[in-house]
Amino acid sequence: MLKRKMNSARRKPFAAILVIAAGLAITGGGYAAATAATSAKSEVYTAAQQDSGRKLFLANCASCHGSNAQGTKAAPSLIGVGAASVAFQVGSGRMPAQASGPQLTDKPSQFTDQQITDLAAWVASLAPGPAIPDDKWLQADGNAQKGGELFRINCAMCHNAVGAGGALTGGKWAPPLSGADPAEIYEAMITGPQNMPVFNDANLTPQDKSDIITYLVYQREHPSAGGYELANLGPVAEGLFAWIFALGFIIAITVWLGAKSN
Amino acid sequence: MTEIKKAGSAEAEHVYSAGSAVITKDVVANPGLEPHRVRMTDKSPKHERRAARQVAILFLLSIVGSAFAIFAYFAFPLTDDLGTVRNNTFFLGAGITLGLLGIGFGAVHWAKTLMPDAEVSEARHQTRGSEEVRAQALEIIKLADQESGFSRRKLIRRSLYGALAFFPLPAIVLFADLGPDPANTLRHTMWKAGTRLTQDPTGTPIKASEVTVGSVFHVIPEGLNESAHKLEEKAKAAVLLVRVDPSDLIETAEKKSWSYQGIVAYSKICTHVGCPVALFEQHTHHLLCPCHQSTFDLNDACKVVFGPASRPLPQLPIAVDAEGYLVAQSDFHEPVGPSFWER
Repeated sequence: MLKRKMNSARRKPFAAILVIAAGLAITGGGYAAATAATSAKSEVYTAAQQDSGRKLFLANCASCHGSNAQGTKAAPSLIGVGAASVAFQVGSGRMPAQASGPQLTDKPSQFTDQQITDLAAWVASLAPGPAIPDDKWLQADGNAQKGGELFRINCAMCHNAVGAGGALTGGKWAPPLSGADPAEIYEAMITGPQNMPVFNDANLTPQDKSDIITYLVYQREHPSAGGYELANLGPVAEGLFAWIFALGFIIAITVWLGAKSN
Repeated sequence: MTEIKKAGSAEAEHVYSAGSAVITKDVVANPGLEPHRVRMTDKSPKHERRAARQVAILFLLSIVGSAFAIFAYFAFPLTDDLGTVRNNTFFLGAGITLGLLGIGFGAVHWAKTLMPDAEVSEARHQTRGSEEVRAQALEIIKLADQESGFSRRKLIRRSLYGALAFFPLPAIVLFADLGPDPANTLRHTMWKAGTRLTQDPTGTPIKASEVTVGSVFHVIPEGLNESAHKLEEKAKAAVLLVRVDPSDLIETAEKKSWSYQGIVAYSKICTHVGCPVALFEQHTHHLLCPCHQSTFDLNDACKVVFGPASRPLPQLPIAVDAEGYLVAQSDFHEPVGPSFWER
């Protein structure tokens, strides 16, 4: 009875995928653990997690990314994007995408943390890729000053010197980082979502990334000494404020001074 | 003393000759002052009392503002946290502003509503002095010449002329600061054959294997941090290093050897006015300059696809040394940054 059940299961098409997935998980997971041991959480996922993730994938992602995550005309292949990509894209609500456009926006996540972990487990089992960062890099307890310098060199041109975000070409934009949690910031750096470039561990070491996160968190927690930020949009926003309100006030006073009393 | 006339008076103080001027008949007539309008505060004691109260309230507001400024100094003290500067400055400033504005607004309101408001016109006096005054002035000049000996003492006079002629010369010499001629400095950067590509700001050399597809490295030449003119050199030598799929690169035969397995290095200095071009979009492979939105296609030799820049970003030819580190093959083959006359 038990034997018959196993045989019939083996004949089902996804059995082959399961076997391949399990094989890849062992080799890929081992490779990822060996190469990214310094920065990643120990990436051990159970077969049950991977199976649950595969089911979630087939139900929610496969129509665009293909049933084996091989990619279609509508969406890229997810083989080798790693658990970090899944955690970033699904965790920030960018995936599943609502509509096509120049850029996908973040929105409330459609999945529970457990489901995201399962999805990540399955995608990570396809091929080695960036893993979900270890919590020790996400504590915002690094060197904010060094992080600030690295941020200004590597990130500020798009994300603004204090992470307020900015415009790119063709309707795309670099999102503000004020609402992004440390894990999302770390995952974005190692995976390069959408048009963002990748910052691998040779470019910015895990400690560098931790410093950058520290700087961004410091920015949020310490109000600007220079006065009210006006959304941190820089001289254009400040100039507009001065022209409309300060100059408007001066003009109003001038008109009042010149008018005769009734 | 200027004679003051009541509004509407058409009397002229002086009679001027027209001289050679042609007076046309349709010259705009002097409309005089518009009729005087009596204010409510002059007509109604109730309004007058109210205006007086308003002035007093404005002055009282000024007192409140000044008192608040003193309160704010103690209520929003400066501590070790830099963020406290903001509230301290804002509330102290708001109090002082109210203190000053209250006095100003009160004084103006007082003048406009309660002080006399009769319009007056003052005619201009003639600018030419009387004959008597002119003769007197001439006498003073002659006396001064006599007493100083200005006409008589030739040596003093001529040496003074000389001194006055030389006085402006230093200002002309200062124009030399517009130079010196930059000569060849605009054509060369720190890059030489064999200079390693290193990371900004640490100066860590970069291995080709570390530059994964889609990565962006901000690069400075090896030894820049120890250079005597670090910022001047960095302003010319800053480079952006990107790896793309080699099959995506559109390269001419001449520049085929300038990249290494899809790794390309381009000057970060915009060819428009020299801002750092560093906004790299991984999927569109566009490089965007944040100052004036010049956009360069990184895959296609950094040609300009949008914006005011007129030339592609200069490419730095790169190779890999025996240890696997990225090195420059040579300096840039053209001047980096904005155009100049002799380019």
